[in-house]
Amino acid sequence: MTAEVGLAALWLAAALALLQLIAGALALTARGEALAGVVRPVAVVQGVLALIAFAALVRVFAVTDLSVKLVALNSHSMKPLVFKIAAAWGNHEGSMLLWVTVMGLAGGFVALVERRLPERTMLATLAGQAFVSLGFYAFLLIASNPFERLDPAPAEGNGLNPLLQDLGLAFHPPTLYLGYVGLSIAFSFAIGALVTREVGPAFARAMRPWVLAAWIFLTLGITAGSYWAYYELGWGGWWFWDPVENASLMPWLAATALLHSCGVLAARNALRAWTIMLGVVAFSMSMIGTFLVRSGILTSVHAFAVDPTRGTFILALLAINIGGALVLFGLRAGTVTEGERFALVSREGALVINNVLLSAILGIVLFGTLYPLLAEALGAKVSVGPPYFNPVGALFFLPMLVVLAIGPLLRWRRDKLARFGKRLLIPLGVVALAAFVVVMIGGAGLLPFLGMALGAGLAVASLLPLRDRNLRRTPLPIWGMVLAHFGVAVALLGMASDSAWTVERLVALRPAESTSVGPWTVRLAQVDPVAGPNWTALEGKLDVRYRDGAVQTLRPQARNFWAPPQQTSESALLTRWNGQLYAVLGEEASGGRWQVRLWWKPFVTLIWLGGILIALGGVLAVIGHVASDLRRIVARGKIAYRREKQGR
Amino acid sequence: MSEIPIKTRGWSIWLPLALFLGFVVLVAVGLFRPADRNVASTLIDRPLPAFALPAPLTQVPGLKSADLVQGRPRLLNVFASWCLPCQAEAPQLKQLAAAGVEIDGISVRDRPKTLQVFLARYGNPYRRIGADDAGKVQLALGSSGVPETFVIDGRGRIRYQHIGDIRPEHVPMLLDKLKAVQ
Repeated sequence: MTAEVGLAALWLAAALALLQLIAGALALTARGEALAGVVRPVAVVQGVLALIAFAALVRVFAVTDLSVKLVALNSHSMKPLVFKIAAAWGNHEGSMLLWVTVMGLAGGFVALVERRLPERTMLATLAGQAFVSLGFYAFLLIASNPFERLDPAPAEGNGLNPLLQDLGLAFHPPTLYLGYVGLSIAFSFAIGALVTREVGPAFARAMRPWVLAAWIFLTLGITAGSYWAYYELGWGGWWFWDPVENASLMPWLAATALLHSCGVLAARNALRAWTIMLGVVAFSMSMIGTFLVRSGILTSVHAFAVDPTRGTFILALLAINIGGALVLFGLRAGTVTEGERFALVSREGALVINNVLLSAILGIVLFGTLYPLLAEALGAKVSVGPPYFNPVGALFFLPMLVVLAIGPLLRWRRDKLARFGKRLLIPLGVVALAAFVVVMIGGAGLLPFLGMALGAGLAVASLLPLRDRNLRRTPLPIWGMVLAHFGVAVALLGMASDSAWTVERLVALRPAESTSVGPWTVRLAQVDPVAGPNWTALEGKLDVRYRDGAVQTLRPQARNFWAPPQQTSESALLTRWNGQLYAVLGEEASGGRWQVRLWWKPFVTLIWLGGILIALGGVLAVIGHVASDLRRIVARGKIAYRREKQGR
Repeated sequence: MSEIPIKTRGWSIWLPLALFLGFVVLVAVGLFRPADRNVASTLIDRPLPAFALPAPLTQVPGLKSADLVQGRPRLLNVFASWCLPCQAEAPQLKQLAAAGVEIDGISVRDRPKTLQVFLARYGNPYRRIGADDAGKVQLALGSSGVPETFVIDGRGRIRYQHIGDIRPEHVPMLLDKLKAVQ
C-alpha cells in the first residue's frame, strides 16, 4: 500500500510540475496574467508531494517490504535499521527520487519565502525549475520506477553493498544532493533573469543565499566523502581524482566562482552576463557529473549504479536542459546591459582573476575526467590520475592563493598595490619562515613545499581584513569570508603535510611481535574473530605507543559480510592533535603472521578541519546576508506603515 | 589605470554552447558504440614480447618467451588462483590438455601457497607456469584481465586472443583456431 501511495504522489507531483511550467510561462504573457497567483502555491504543493513519495520509499525500506523490487534488490531484513533507511538512496532509483525531492522542496521553499525578486523573474524562475524537474520526473516514472512490485515477493533481499554500510556514508549522499540539486535554484534564477532581462544587484542579492546554502552542503558533502573514502576504502589516501570525486568537485568550483561573482554583482552591479553564465554552469556541472557517474561511461571505483540505457535518457535530459539554457544565454546575454566598469587592481579585479582561475581549474578537472573518453573515441585507452591533476591543477591553484590573500584587502572599483605593501610584510615573513622550517625538516617535494609555505602565509593573510576593524561591528559576511579563506589555508596545510611526511609500513607480524612507524611503536597483541549484526570479522588488537606515551589500543578488522558476500577492511584510526595513526589488518600470511599496514600521517586531519571551516564560513555569510535582508524588509515595512498612518 | 571592458557581445557568447555540443557528441559516441571495454591486444599476428618469468612452484618449470616457439601451435593462458572465472574455466583447460593441446600459463599477482591449492583442486593443465608478480608481462601481452587465453603459432606469434573464461562452447572454436594456424 505504501508503495502505491508513493507512486501516486510521484505522478501527482509530476503533473503539478507540468502545471507549474505552463502556468508560469503563460503568466509571463499579457493574456495569462491571471495565472500568476497559481504558480507559487503549485510549487509548494509539488515539493510536498515529492517529499511524500520519498517518505513512502524510506518506509518500504525501513520495514523491508520485499514485494517492492527495489527493496529486494538493495536491502536485506538482517540489517541495522539505519542502513535499511540509507539503502533507500544507496541505489539508482532511490537516489533519483531523492534528486527530484530536493529539487521540488528547494523550488517550493523559494516559492514560499523569496520576495526580493521582481515577480516576473520569479515566475520565469519557477517555470524553469519546473521544466528541469519534469525531465527528472519523466526519467523516474518511465525508466526507473522505484516503487515497482515483485510478484511473488522473494523470501530475502540481496543486501546493500557492504562498502556503503557505514554511518558516514548513510548521510553523505543526501548532503551532497542538497548541494548538487540546490544549485538548480541558481540555474533557474539564471533562466528567469535571462527571460526577463532583469539582472542587477537585487537579483544577485536574492540569488546569493541560495547559492551559499547549496555551496555549504556541497562543501560538507565533499569533505565527508573524502573522509569516508579515507577510512573506509583502506587505501590511506583522501582524494583519488576518481570521476565521481571530480563530479562533486566541478559543481563546487563553479559554485565557488558563482558565489564570488554574485558578490561583485550585488555590491557593484558588474559581471552581469558572467554571473548568469556561472549560474547555468554550476548546475550543469551537477547534471554532467551525475550523468558521468550513472551512465557507466567512465569506469570508476564508485560505479555502484551503472546502466547505459539510463545514461542515454540522462544525456537527452542534459542536452535539452543545458543546451536550452546555453541557447537562451546566447540569444539574451547580448541584450543584458553591460555592467559597471572597474580597474584591474581593485576588489572586482581580484575577484575576476579568482573567477578565471577557478574556471581554469574547473576546465582542467573536466578535461582530465573526459580525456579517457576522448582518447577512446580516437582509439586509445588511457587513465588519467594524480600525475596529471596535481601539477596542472597546482599551476592555477597556487596563483589563486596569492590572489586570495591580496583580494580581500583591495578597495572596490580601483586601488593601488603600493597602498598596502607594508601590510603584506607579515604574511610574506610567515611564508619565508614556513619555507625555512619545511626545508629544515626536509623530505617535502616541490608541491608540498609550496603548499606549506603559501598555506602558512595565507592563514595569516586571511585574517588581515579584520585588522583596523571594530570586531563587534564587523558584519557577519566578513567574518564568514575570513573564516572560509582561513579554512582554505588550513586544508592546504593538511594536504601538504600529508603528502610530504606520511610514513607507510607494510609488515607481516606474528602475535606479540612489534614494529615501528614514524614516532609510533606498534605491537600486534592478538587476532580474534568477532561478530556483528550482518558480518563476521577477524579483529586485530594492536597496542600502540607514541614515543614514550601510554599504550593505546587499535582494532582494525577484516570483515566478511554474508549478504551480499563481500570482504571489506575496516581501518582503525588513532587521532592525535598532530596527526593520525592509520592501521589496516590484511590477510593471514604464512607462518602464523598477519599482514598489517600502518601509516603515520602528520596533520592529515587539518584537511577535513579546513573543509568544515570553509563550510562554517559559508554559514556565517548566509546568516549575515539573510539577517540584513530581513532587517531591510522590516524597515521598509515600517516606513510603509508610517506613511500609511500619516496619509490617513 | 586602464579600465577592463566587459564584453558580453560577439561570438564568444556561443562558445559555451559549442563546447557543450562537443561534449554531447563525445559522450553520445561513447554511449552508442558497441560497448567494448576490453583492451584488445595490438600484438595479434606479431611476435611475442620477450620475457622470462620464474617458476612460482618447484613442480613446474618457469616460462620464457623462447619456450613458446616450438614449431607447433599452443595456448598461453593468463590466470590467477584468486580469480573466480579461472576456476570456472579449469575443466575446459583440462579438456583441451586431454585433447593434446600444449598449454602454458602465466599466473598474475599470485602467491605460491594459494596457487598450489588452486592447482591441487582444479588440476594442472600447464606445461610451464611463469609467475608474473607485477602483472608487467600481462600488460606487455596486451591483456587487461584474467583469464585471457592466447593462441600462439609455431613461430611464437600471437594469432588470437580470447578474453574472459573459456566456456564449454568455446573449446571447439579454440581447437579450430589451433588447427588453422598450424
